[in-house]
Amino acid sequence: MKKAWVAGILSLVSIFVFSRMSPEFLDWHFLVTNSTTYVEVGLLALGMTFVIVAGQIDLSVASLMALVACLAALLLKKGASIEEVVGFALVAGAFLGYVNGFLVAKLKLPSFLVTLGTLAVYRGMAQAILGPRSVEIPHQFVGIDQVGVAGIPDPVLLFAILAAVTGLLLHQTVFGRWVVATGSNESAARYSGVPTEKVKIAVFVLTGVLAGIGALLMISRLGVARFDLASGQELDAITIVVVGGASIMGGQGSMLGTVLSLCLIDIIKTGMGVANVKLPYQLTVIGILLILAVLAINGSELLARWKSSRTSQQSFKSQPSG
Amino acid sequence: MNGVRRELISASLIVILCLFAWIREPRFFEPQSLNSILLYLPMVAIAAVGQLPVILTGGIDISVGSILGFTGIAVGLMFQSNSHLPIVAAFLFSGLAGGLLGAVNGALVSWGRLPAIVVTIGTLSAFRGLTFLLSRGNQVDSTMLPSSFTNLVQQGIHIGSVTLNEPLLLVFLFAFVASIGLGYTQFGRNVYSVGNNIKAAYLRGISTQWILFSVYAFSGFTAGVSGAIYASRFGFVNPESAGKSFELTVIAAVAIGGVKITGGYGSVLGALLGCLFLACLNVALSVLGINANWQLMVYGLLIILAVLLDSLLRMTKRKAAV
Repeated sequence: MKKAWVAGILSLVSIFVFSRMSPEFLDWHFLVTNSTTYVEVGLLALGMTFVIVAGQIDLSVASLMALVACLAALLLKKGASIEEVVGFALVAGAFLGYVNGFLVAKLKLPSFLVTLGTLAVYRGMAQAILGPRSVEIPHQFVGIDQVGVAGIPDPVLLFAILAAVTGLLLHQTVFGRWVVATGSNESAARYSGVPTEKVKIAVFVLTGVLAGIGALLMISRLGVARFDLASGQELDAITIVVVGGASIMGGQGSMLGTVLSLCLIDIIKTGMGVANVKLPYQLTVIGILLILAVLAINGSELLARWKSSRTSQQSFKSQPSG
Repeated sequence: MNGVRRELISASLIVILCLFAWIREPRFFEPQSLNSILLYLPMVAIAAVGQLPVILTGGIDISVGSILGFTGIAVGLMFQSNSHLPIVAAFLFSGLAGGLLGAVNGALVSWGRLPAIVVTIGTLSAFRGLTFLLSRGNQVDSTMLPSSFTNLVQQGIHIGSVTLNEPLLLVFLFAFVASIGLGYTQFGRNVYSVGNNIKAAYLRGISTQWILFSVYAFSGFTAGVSGAIYASRFGFVNPESAGKSFELTVIAAVAIGGVKITGGYGSVLGALLGCLFLACLNVALSVLGINANWQLMVYGLLIILAVLLDSLLRMTKRKAAV
């Protein structure tokens, strides 16, 4: 749990730095409205936390979100009601996630390659359906980011609720324990009665559902759908989860860390935008940040390993011979 | 079943694909499409030969596309400052620049003990940012490149109307060096042992950190050479789009070539066959007049099918062994 706080501390530091760089940064209203842009990738990161803690990876999330967004946009254009579209997005997200889960858990294929394939398939389907054109969203569905309760936009509220629910699911339920067990040692988990196959399918389905919700928020915010929506955001989601202290090898990670890390990236990107830092510099900063954060998170472990290797050598030397 | 070499299966997949394309559209066997295949190959194949040792050690290098973009820009700037630069020197410098970036990955993975996927996702955006800094946001265009450099792909050995373009010679060179290096030297055997079991390799006295460092540096070097080929083939380099999602093509090629993604198994010939398969597929799709919007999906489906086939083969092998 301690690792999660690295992102929290970094967030505070960057708030301090950016408020020094530009006095306009600490405008609460601006910060909150601006954060609606990060809700969708945040939802991807919530799902990705489960996937990574279970020792898997899902490269297809952004493509999945784009595909659901395009299909939902077409349904809306055909005149489907909002309830129908919401239902459709959840089911479609779950189904596409299930396809990943099935290939990984039942057919025992490596998740990196499976989701690399579905990354292309899902976005390819969106492209095959829409081609280069964009679909406009009917106005009654547009603008969820413009309404809110007590000045907090609805997407942010929804994200907070989902983050709390998924956090409880990961840390307070038997299912959460199963996810951690599957990620730390799969065969040990299987022998102690954890249904590892079902757990793996479940984490991919959950990710799909969250991406489906993200798709709805995205088309409502943007007012259009295109096949190349959210392109490359799978890497952002993985970055957020890893900076949040999850181990890419599985078995470790916390929802709190993911949320704090999302805040950190939100603050840094917004802050650099306000301070008029150009996009390429932003890219460099985010990339270096990822590596530094992981070094910081693993720093204590590296140190411990180094120390223990020294002491074990010493004890080996000091053992009496014969 | 053990006698069946995985490479034979890759090769027969290529034959099946070509026959299918030929039956549907006899134009597929005209020199023009063969030339397109040969034109597609060098850039991907050289980077795939570099990616292979990385994957053999159980790692992954996602940053190759950004390295390609960086070195493509670097080549353009080199020619701009000195238009009489020998072409061999341009390729060499481009490779060295890529090797330097690869060495950063290598240092972080080996001595920093960070997971390869995290490091290279970080450097994917960091190197892309560096590319912007280097180019100051400007595109390298054909006026900056000498015509002897941009004509490279049209020159070479002409057999009838088929051209073995000059960058293909580089493919042979790299493939030869890598096959000797991996197949017939202690270093190569060590690469495979690191991929099979890094702890066992370490305990046997193999300098695992040097092995890890050098495979990433080599991967960077090959991506750098690919960057020079990119500049010469297209005649322009855009700092944003050059090499974007190139890593996916390279990793897909290596996976289709039967290289085990978790490390320890695979050959240079396999990686090259994977590239040839993708090249044939690309040309077949365009010759068959398949709508460009469908290509991405077909691509993804084939990656999944290749992975599926691979796992089926392993299962039958295991059963035969029992």
